[in-house]
Parts: sequence; C-alpha cells; structure tokens
Amino acid sequence: MNGTWAYVNLALYVLSFICYARYLYGNNQWVGRLATVFLAAGVLAHYVALLERSRWTHTVPYDDLYGSMSLFAWLLGVTYLGLEVYHRQRSVGAFVTLLLIIWTSLVMAFAPSSAPAASRARGPLFALHVTLTTLAYAAFGLSFVLSVIYLIQNHVLKARRPGLTFWRFPALDVLDGMSRSSVLVGLVALAVGNSFGFVWQHRLNGHYSAADPKIIVTLVIFALYVAYSWLAVKAGWRGARAARICALNFILVLFSYTIVNLYLTSFHRYL
Amino acid sequence: MPTATNSSKAFAGRVQIALIGCSHRTAPVELRERIAFTPDQALRAADELRLSGTLEEAVVLSTCNRSELYGVPRDADTDAQAAMESFLTNFHGIPASELDGRLFRQQNSEAVRHLFRVSAGLDSMLLGEAEILGQVRDAYGRALDHGSTGPVLNRLFQGALEVGKRVRTETEVGSRPMSVAWAGVKLAERVFGDLEGHEALILGAGAVAEQVVEHLRNRGIGRLRVVNRSRDRAEDLAQRVGGESIDWSHLEHALKAPDIIVTSVGGTEPVLSRALLDRVHSARGGRALFVVDLGVPRNVEPAAANLYNLYLYNIDDLGEIVEQNRKAREAEVPRAEALITEHIGKFETWCTSVEAISLTQRLRERLIKERGRLLDERAAELANLPTVERDRILRLTDELIERVVQTPHDRLRRTRELRRRLAGIEALRDLFGLDGEDS
Repeated sequence: MNGTWAYVNLALYVLSFICYARYLYGNNQWVGRLATVFLAAGVLAHYVALLERSRWTHTVPYDDLYGSMSLFAWLLGVTYLGLEVYHRQRSVGAFVTLLLIIWTSLVMAFAPSSAPAASRARGPLFALHVTLTTLAYAAFGLSFVLSVIYLIQNHVLKARRPGLTFWRFPALDVLDGMSRSSVLVGLVALAVGNSFGFVWQHRLNGHYSAADPKIIVTLVIFALYVAYSWLAVKAGWRGARAARICALNFILVLFSYTIVNLYLTSFHRYL
Repeated sequence: MPTATNSSKAFAGRVQIALIGCSHRTAPVELRERIAFTPDQALRAADELRLSGTLEEAVVLSTCNRSELYGVPRDADTDAQAAMESFLTNFHGIPASELDGRLFRQQNSEAVRHLFRVSAGLDSMLLGEAEILGQVRDAYGRALDHGSTGPVLNRLFQGALEVGKRVRTETEVGSRPMSVAWAGVKLAERVFGDLEGHEALILGAGAVAEQVVEHLRNRGIGRLRVVNRSRDRAEDLAQRVGGESIDWSHLEHALKAPDIIVTSVGGTEPVLSRALLDRVHSARGGRALFVVDLGVPRNVEPAAANLYNLYLYNIDDLGEIVEQNRKAREAEVPRAEALITEHIGKFETWCTSVEAISLTQRLRERLIKERGRLLDERAAELANLPTVERDRILRLTDELIERVVQTPHDRLRRTRELRRRLAGIEALRDLFGLDGEDS
C-alpha cells in the first residue's frame, strides 16, 4: 500500500530532478537552489511517508524488503543533501534524483497491498544497527553514481571530445573528493552499525558469531571499500582505476542487499 | 553595480531616449579610433551635451569596438539626434561627410534593445564576450559619479547590467571558451576544479604561451614556472606574470612538480617524449597531469596521450572545441534575445509608470491653475466674502482637486495592467491638454 505521502515525495523528487536537469543545462543558480529545496522537501515528505507506513504496519519501516528499500532511498537523499552542502556542488543532483525516482517508483510499484505481520519489538540497538547499515549502503550507492560520472567525464576528457553538457559537470577532482567523502560516511556507518549488530546479537544469544552469509559478505564489502579508500590516494591507482573499483564494489552491495537478504541468510532475512 | 544616487529625482514628462553611435558593424577601425572617447573626454562630452541644452541626461560608452552616445532629450520636439551627431563631429573635428552612413541612430525602445544587446555581448565582435559588460558598468559608473545621469538613464543602464548578467548566467552565450588558450585552461579546470593550489609549467615564452599564462593567472593558479631555451626570455615572462624561471637544462626535474604543462616551443622533434613523460609521471605519484601542446610542429609525442591519468590536448583539439563552442553560443542567441525582450518589457512598464505619475501631477497642477483663473474671473463676486470664507473655499477646492487626482494617481501607481492598457498615454495627455508648460 502506498500512502498519500509516498506520492507527494515522489512528485517532489520529480520536481527536484527537473530543476537539477535545468540547472545542469542552464546554470541558473536560482533553479539550482529550487532543486535543492524540492529535494529537501521530498526527503521530508519521504520521512513522513515512512512514518505513515510504520503506523499502518505497526512495525519499523525496514521489516520487509519494501520498507527497507524505501529507507535506503530516503537515506540516499539525506546523504546526497549533506554532500551537496559540504562540497557546494549541485551538478550531480540530476543523476542522484533520477536514481531516487527510479528506485522509489520501483518500490511503490511492488509495494505489498497487505501489511506484513508485525514483528516483535527488538529495541533501539537493533534499530540503530539496521538504520546505520542502510545508511552505509545508501552512501555506497551515492559513491557508485559519482564514480560512474567520473568514468564518463574521464572518458570524454581522454577522448578529447567534450560534448555540450560536459562543461557543466563537476571537475574530476571534485567528483573524486565527493565519492571518497561518501565512502567514508558509508564506512563509518557500516562499522558503527555492525558493531551495534554484534552487541545486539551477543545480548540475544550470549555469544558473537560471524557464521552467516550476510555478515561475511558485509565484512568483504567493508574490506573492499577500505581498499578503495586507500587506493584512491595511492600512486598508480588514483583516478579512473579507483573509480572503477568503487563502481564494481557496489555490485556486491546490491548482491548483499537483495540475493543475500532474500535467499542466503537466515537471521537477516526480511519477514 | 553602481547605485543611482539621484534616481529618486522626479521625472516630469515623456520618457524619451536618443542614441547615436558607430560600432565595428558600421565603421572601420580607422574611423572608430578617431571618434573614440577617453574616460575624461566621455565625461566632458556628457557635460557639454547637457550644458548646450540638447540633453537632460547623458552617458558616453566608448570601447575599442564602439562609440555610443545615450541621452534623454531636453526638448521632445527638437531633433536631439541631429544635435548629438553635430556635436560628435565638432568634438572630434571630423567632417560630417566622413561619418555619412557610418553612424546609426536609434531612439526609445530600439535604443533600449540596442544597449541591452550590447551589454549581453550579442553585438560584440566575439559573440558573448565578457569584457563589454564591465565596460558598460564602468562607463555608467563614471557618468553616475559625475552626475550626468538621471532617473531614465539610471534605470536604463541598471537594466542593461542586469540583463547582461542574466544572459551570462542563464544562457550559454558567454560560458564556453572561444580561444585555444582559454579552452586549454577551462579543460584543466575540468580535471582539477579550482586551480588555486595547483602548479603550472610553461615551456616557451611566446605570445600564445603568454595568453595561456594570463588565463591561468585570472583563474587563480597557485604557482607558475617558465622554462625556455632562452633563459632571458623565460625570466622576462616570469617577471611580468609573477612566476619563476627555470633553466632549460633542469627541464626533466621541473616536469615532476606541475599539474598543468603548457608547451609552445619551436623545433622539429617533440620536446616531451612519451618515455620522458612516463618517467616524470611515475615520479610524481601518478597524480593527474594536464598537458596543453600549442606547438606546431607538436612538442609532445602523441603516444603520451595513452599514459594513465595524463590528459593531452594539441592545438587542433582545442581548435575543434572552440569551433564547437562558437556554434553552441550561436544556438543560445534566441534564449538571450528572449531575456532581453523580457527586460525591455520591464523598462517600458517603468517608463509608462513614470509617465502616468507625471501625468497625474500635471493634472493636479492644471486644476490648481484653473481654479486660480476662475477665482480671478469671479473676483468681483467674491470680493464681499470675508477672508475666512475665501480660505474655506480654497481648502474645499484643494480637497476636491486631491480627490479627483488621487484615485487615478493611486490606481496608476499600483496597477501594472492598467499602465499597460494606457501605453498610449499620449492620447490622455492630448485629451486634457497637459502637454505644454503654459497649459
């Protein structure tokens, strides 16, 4: 079921995308600011939509795949807004909002019509574990978008055929910086979120265990993004090679988020 | 943007603007240089045009590509443009016959459109060039400080500066590089972003290299070093641009530091081979290196373009980009024209508003004058009235006049649509006979 706010947030994301695309084409600062305002309003509406659905399902929004994906989109929007403010760079907004629109539309299209069975309450530690891990995935998603733009921009520069919108894109160094910031946010969120997960598991079972495909894949993801962060400043790897690693890492994130969660794990499975 | 200190001065009457001038489109450089104005001459010319009674307000815009006189005629019925033309020939001592067919004359909305197009760079030799906006700002700023502008030209020039800025920020008319030197620097910014904190090495000290250096300096490059086969020329250029010179024998060592290399040296063999660049690139930790090769024959071995994290552009690559940008700029002209039309509309609305308010002011003056005449005609009838009663009649008629005038005055001030409908405000002026001073 999609509540009214879900449609409102999708509409605001669409408006934000239109403004970001116009900004990319026309470079009107006011249109750019309007894009940010629409995105911020969209993120706010998305938050209300998550609350609305939580009330309907009588549980947290990440209890099923639909809610979890919606939370992912919301955190992607929040992370991007933070990066936009920090780096003062709006040129990639059109791509991020396009991803938000596609993601949110898919989530809405496959939203279950009946509420899932409410799970038992697991406490704030578990909530923080899931939210921070989803934030990490959202940040990695953002770094994926930035890395893909980097690779396109790099290809255009190497081929010496800059197109018409080329001049509006951020510089390679800016994209690289934004991507690394985003990965850093993801790594911190993943480290803290997983720590909370281990503590919660200890409280639940009285011991720590990594014997679950989800935990193993998450640790591999963590190691791969640490490797990217290191290589991104290392001679011979910085630039396009590091961007390629970052983009490829996200494939594993998607694998972990979908296949692992749905089919391979036992206690990380959605209800 | 200069501020209009005297823009609050009330404007009485019709808003008229006269323009005469010549530009690269109408006159060759030999003539343009003879009728150009220095900043001091421009102010003196504006003073003389005002003191002679030809113009109420005046601004002279003079650049290497144009000399234009903008003014508000003091008397709407005389041919101010003929007087301005005659003034121009006298001021520069040029026979009128030499200017025959070389000067253009425009007035009112045509003159407004012309200035807005000039300010937007649409009338420039190099479409969308940025310099003209600064020149318009300077010419207006000087005239404003000197006191030769008034409410009309203040509004006109502020509108021109606004539209010039909007065209540059909201369209692509002025945003794309139009010279190989500028294109090279802009491309480097696509790699590094802000050039502050980055280092450039210039190989060669010729004219093209100097152009690149100028652009790099304008974009805030952190450190500039010049290396040339002739150390004297390298030192000369380095001194002029605030950089450092390096001896040619230290070239390989010098190549390890910069993020941007610009080469324009003579010679038949490449100065920078792939092997050399590979060595220095590894030595500098694989950081991105942007190389602009402006030499003909090429100074950099083409195979160097395949090195990882190295971006190589030669003069043909940059030439193609400049050509592509020229077409892109031309494609943006309709959008720029639309912005100009929007601002002309704003200016005309302001003119109508000023005219409308002056019209009601004239109506008030006319009614007060008519009351005076009536009281004079009926002086015999009123002679027996006590002073108190006569004062009372004056107060009551004052109130009546205010009531008659206030409603149209307020409505004209507040309602833009009404002013638009009354664009032919001339008819009202004629209807009430509010034209002349003696009405």
